Amino acid sequence: MISGKLLHIMIRVENLVKRFGPVTAVDGISFAVAPKTIFGFLGPNGAGKTTTISILCTLLAPTSGEAFINGHDCAAESAAVRRSIGIVFQDSSLDKDLTARENLLFHAYLYRVDASERNRRVEDALKFADLHERADDLVKRFSGGMKRRLEVARGLIHRPKVLFLDEPTLGLDPQSRSNLWEFITRLPKEHDVTIFMTTHYMEEAEVCSRIAIIDKGRIIASGTPGELKKIVGGDVIYLRTEDNKKAAEEIRRLFQIEAAEKEGEIFLSVPRGDSVIPELIREIGERVLSVRMQRPTLNDVFLKLTGKEIREETAASGDDIKEAVRSYRRRHDRG
Amino acid sequence: MIEANAVYVIVAREFKKFVRERSRLVSTIARPLVWLFLVGGGMSRLVPTGTGPSYIQFIFPGILGMTILFSSIFSSISIIWDKEFGFMKEILVAPISRFSVVVGKATSGMVLSTIQAVIILAFFPLVGLKIGVFQALGIVFVCMVLSFAIAAFGILLASFYESYESFSVIMNFIVMPMFFLSGAMYPVKMMPALLRVFTKLNPLTYGIDALKHLIFPNETGALSADFSLFVDIGVILAASIVFVALAGKAFERKG
Repeated sequence: MISGKLLHIMIRVENLVKRFGPVTAVDGISFAVAPKTIFGFLGPNGAGKTTTISILCTLLAPTSGEAFINGHDCAAESAAVRRSIGIVFQDSSLDKDLTARENLLFHAYLYRVDASERNRRVEDALKFADLHERADDLVKRFSGGMKRRLEVARGLIHRPKVLFLDEPTLGLDPQSRSNLWEFITRLPKEHDVTIFMTTHYMEEAEVCSRIAIIDKGRIIASGTPGELKKIVGGDVIYLRTEDNKKAAEEIRRLFQIEAAEKEGEIFLSVPRGDSVIPELIREIGERVLSVRMQRPTLNDVFLKLTGKEIREETAASGDDIKEAVRSYRRRHDRG
Repeated sequence: MIEANAVYVIVAREFKKFVRERSRLVSTIARPLVWLFLVGGGMSRLVPTGTGPSYIQFIFPGILGMTILFSSIFSSISIIWDKEFGFMKEILVAPISRFSVVVGKATSGMVLSTIQAVIILAFFPLVGLKIGVFQALGIVFVCMVLSFAIAAFGILLASFYESYESFSVIMNFIVMPMFFLSGAMYPVKMMPALLRVFTKLNPLTYGIDALKHLIFPNETGALSADFSLFVDIGVILAASIVFVALAGKAFERKG
């Protein structure tokens, strides 16, 4: 029995914990994802993103806690969960010695797509990935962007309810990266699918309906991109005037806002920068030479919450955690 | 539970890649032929075998076994490549059981090895052997069960290794000793007692022994088969089941 409430939740995670010996990769996280939305899982390397995906995909058993996809328990009903999901891993999982069409057919057989449907779905996927002209070329001759598109299209062949994308744009050039995003944002509508994606690129997470920010195995904030940006407190305005000192004093006096000087510019943080700028220019006596405004990015959010940049590194320590997990698994998987 | 769709598509993939990679076929066919004609041909002059088959004829079953050993192990070891290059994940997240993966891979090894063994078998007139149709069918059957067993053994091996650097370790410390301790090049009954123990633990021994039964049905001398055909087939089938079960278990583990 699926209760009415559950119908509105595609992925539900409660108090999930995963330990690898002494290392706690995922430390009691909970979240829920609504159907046909894009959910972003954001954090630096080694934050626990891939471990969480592996548990949701039934590749890893959790140490404690629960995870459900489409109402199925990820630990106990792995077959039902696997039929409900498609996955694009961080590293390519295509067979490079097969053609694009063969890779798709392999998938269709593996997921028992009906014989009458099989060829049509493969053709649709090739068209959708814009690869129908290269359908019979070996995948090893494809560019990074083409391979990713093929993998996304392959992940959708069995009509999954949830598509996991683990760092889908990693290693792509800016051009293919923006093409891929354009392609991904069309998915929920065109394929009735819920997207669960991880990334450590802040600007990419802006396409998400909701985001959870994860650091050291814990969710430190979640909400819509807009809500998260509010944590930072609004836009930042940078002004250059004929006399910065005088102008800064005037701003403090007239607007009751903190204005500081840095590198020949005055900067101030306000909730709605666009409406404040005209007033600023009108009210202050000094002649304004230049104005620029910056909207807060999710990187500012991460900076505010953790006191560190998401990309600067943290990567070093993140890679340490990854290595520890890997070597632990090497020793213990073998029994 | 074993899913037919999974077994089918895993075999189809291996077969397609096998047909596409001509160089692999050439090298796996060349190795046994080099052994048969250069080693066997040369040794035939040195080794007097009396009234029985000549030495080159005697090693013919062993050379068939060698073909199966190398191609089955090579086929199974491709699992390590699949892990290294990521394709294994595509298989492991699919809604199919681990046993289907193991059975699919072992069946791939069986199909590819049997094709190669049949190619080598076609050289029998060149070494002066006479093989009838029913004998040939029996030989193909033994080749199939033997290559399934060896492929399953290879999968079990592959489940312990993560990277292809381990390939040469497997080749030098497992595959080559398996070949020499199989009765392929000299009769088991002539081996020193210690080596005979290892030979009896080697599944390849029983496959080659079964082939000796089929190729030299009337031989009773020193070069005859060492065990009964019934024992040979029984051991190979039992080994297949054990290896598939162990390999399935090895795949099943979750971190």
